[in-house]
Amino acid sequence: MSERETDVADTAGEAGGMGEAGVMGEADTGGETGVAEVGAAGEPGSADVARGVTRRAQGGPLGAGVDEGGFITLDGVEKVFQVRRRTGLLRSERREVRAVDGISFRVARGEVVGYIGPNGAGKSTTIKMLTGILTPSGGRLRVAGIDPSRERTRLAHRIGVVFGQRTTLWWDLPLRDSYRLMHRMYRIPDRRYRENLDRCVELLDLGELLEVPVRQLSLGQRMRGDIAAALLHDPEVLYLDEPTIGLDVVSKVKVRQFLKDLNAERGTTVLLTTHDLTDIEQLCSRVMVIDHGRLMYDGSLAGLHEVGESERMLVVDLERELPPIRLESEGADGRPPVRVVKVEGPRQWLAFPAAASAAPLVARIAAGYPLVDLSVREPDIEAVIARMYESAP
Amino acid sequence: MVEDVARADGPGTGTAAVDGGGGRASGEAVVAAEVFPFPFPERRRLLEGVRAYGLIMAMWVRSTMAYRASFAMTVFGDFAVTAFDFVTILLMFSHVDALGGYSLPEIALLYGLSATAFGLCDLLLGSMDRVGRRVRDGTMDTLLVRPVPVLAQVAADRFALRRVGRITQGLLVLGYALVTLDIAWTPLKVLMLPTMVVSGAAIFGAVFVAGAAFQFVAQDASEVQNSFTYGGTTLLQYPPTIFAKDLVRGVTFVVPLAFVSWLPALYVLGREYPVGLPQWVAFLPPLVAAGCWGLAGLAWRTGLRSYRSTGS
Repeated sequence: MSERETDVADTAGEAGGMGEAGVMGEADTGGETGVAEVGAAGEPGSADVARGVTRRAQGGPLGAGVDEGGFITLDGVEKVFQVRRRTGLLRSERREVRAVDGISFRVARGEVVGYIGPNGAGKSTTIKMLTGILTPSGGRLRVAGIDPSRERTRLAHRIGVVFGQRTTLWWDLPLRDSYRLMHRMYRIPDRRYRENLDRCVELLDLGELLEVPVRQLSLGQRMRGDIAAALLHDPEVLYLDEPTIGLDVVSKVKVRQFLKDLNAERGTTVLLTTHDLTDIEQLCSRVMVIDHGRLMYDGSLAGLHEVGESERMLVVDLERELPPIRLESEGADGRPPVRVVKVEGPRQWLAFPAAASAAPLVARIAAGYPLVDLSVREPDIEAVIARMYESAP
Repeated sequence: MVEDVARADGPGTGTAAVDGGGGRASGEAVVAAEVFPFPFPERRRLLEGVRAYGLIMAMWVRSTMAYRASFAMTVFGDFAVTAFDFVTILLMFSHVDALGGYSLPEIALLYGLSATAFGLCDLLLGSMDRVGRRVRDGTMDTLLVRPVPVLAQVAADRFALRRVGRITQGLLVLGYALVTLDIAWTPLKVLMLPTMVVSGAAIFGAVFVAGAAFQFVAQDASEVQNSFTYGGTTLLQYPPTIFAKDLVRGVTFVVPLAFVSWLPALYVLGREYPVGLPQWVAFLPPLVAAGCWGLAGLAWRTGLRSYRSTGS
């Protein structure tokens, strides 16, 4: 039975004209089967073709079209939890918690979006609604034209999910075995499975690890393994929940580079939640900030710094202990360009607006003070958001 | 285009037919092919579930085989622990000649049937009481993003091959009973034995599923379920005559465990059931099992829906 299954999957793939030329063979099949979306982005022309195909599909009985301009569409989506708390022996108090409180946004195909906010802001709840794990309490939500909570298993074929802190790999088995399960479970045509696996192995540097039991992998290796597992079935959307949490610098760089390539080559839409600002800086063209279940900001990262009035930190080591550095104002607003936050012996911490350039500041300090060493610290995303939340009405 | 897809599905219809959904599957494949990155026919949920169960089960068996020595020891352990149940009965019979009016071979038949049926169910669905833990630690979410039925994934979760020890033990006792019992066998009675084991396993299975469904609401409820399953099988290993009538009524009409072994086995033995019931109820187990699964399935859907609307 099982062997026959594989055979058929293979035949079906070939009969459909798949796995011919190109990375994935979309060029061949795109027009016929609607595969083009998977890998077509990057070239505006073929992206249009892809959209055309999807539009056409929309007319079909099951309708898999794209909502006006959005691949992921949320309209006033809400999620209310009823929390019951015991107040007495038999009495309990019901309380409503609005985890997501009327969020609306659209994500186009091929976008990479960072979804950030403090713990408990509603990030995970949103992701869970987008994957169909949770049913929204109100509002309208569509991913690739599918209502996730109603057609969860159908949507599962088109999305990939990586939960940063929960592995989907099999603890006691070699990495390869987990991938084989994905192959069978998602009914991925053989050739496509091999191509995707080879690609992931190469780009995520998994070659040495395929035969190693997952329990022996390091956290970074396992995360790379998890990301590959989520991509074997060519998902059109990839949701990543804290993909770089707990990883060392080298692993983080690898993961980010991979995601960047994936988006560039395949046009995979990526939605990631993170606490790491560098993730956002290097990957996301767009940031959404959520707090208390509401969308606080939606736009570019640079814009976020402006809105949040965030500051970078210049740490300078002077030759000897000196009073706090003072620089005369140059700007039109009359505010001094730096603000001394802390002094500790010869070391001083100076805050300056994130949008300002550090170079002239350094030059002026070096001119006026005996400078030995310095470093610049990027603003902390949590602080930016915290300040944003404070300033919100 | 439709032709193309239909052709692509041509060879696939073969499997679909094996899966029991021939014409329907190919019809849906046309739609599916337009929508999905690669064409695959939508299959019936039940068969899809059974297939997923098989896939996940195979993974667990392989996982277990990563620790062979430990596996061998636990198989033996499971066999030995359950065998002690029967040793207890043997010890009792070293002092008495009959228990509740039943001889040792007769009790061995009850014991063997219930132990085999329960063992089969325990092997296939025994880890369903982990649903509560999965809900609590949030790993339930990883099952919900896969394209196969959650029930199948949960049922195959931590599939433990070592539980064949329990079945082996049950079959040995059943064999002993069949050899020593003096029964006027008719084709009907012979046919009833395997039917009893299968429907019995199904009835226990329904209890497992319903119990698992309840764990979406109360995550620590697995003990309640265990009292019906593990407790139930111990109950059924003894003749109904030694229990209070209310208890017997309870396991007949409320949680229909009596249909696992008591009612049909007493027919085979030619005995009276303590709570007056017509004789034809002995043939009901398959129907009772089907009914139980209907209810359990409903409970499961309700449980899963409540999880998906409340979350963790």
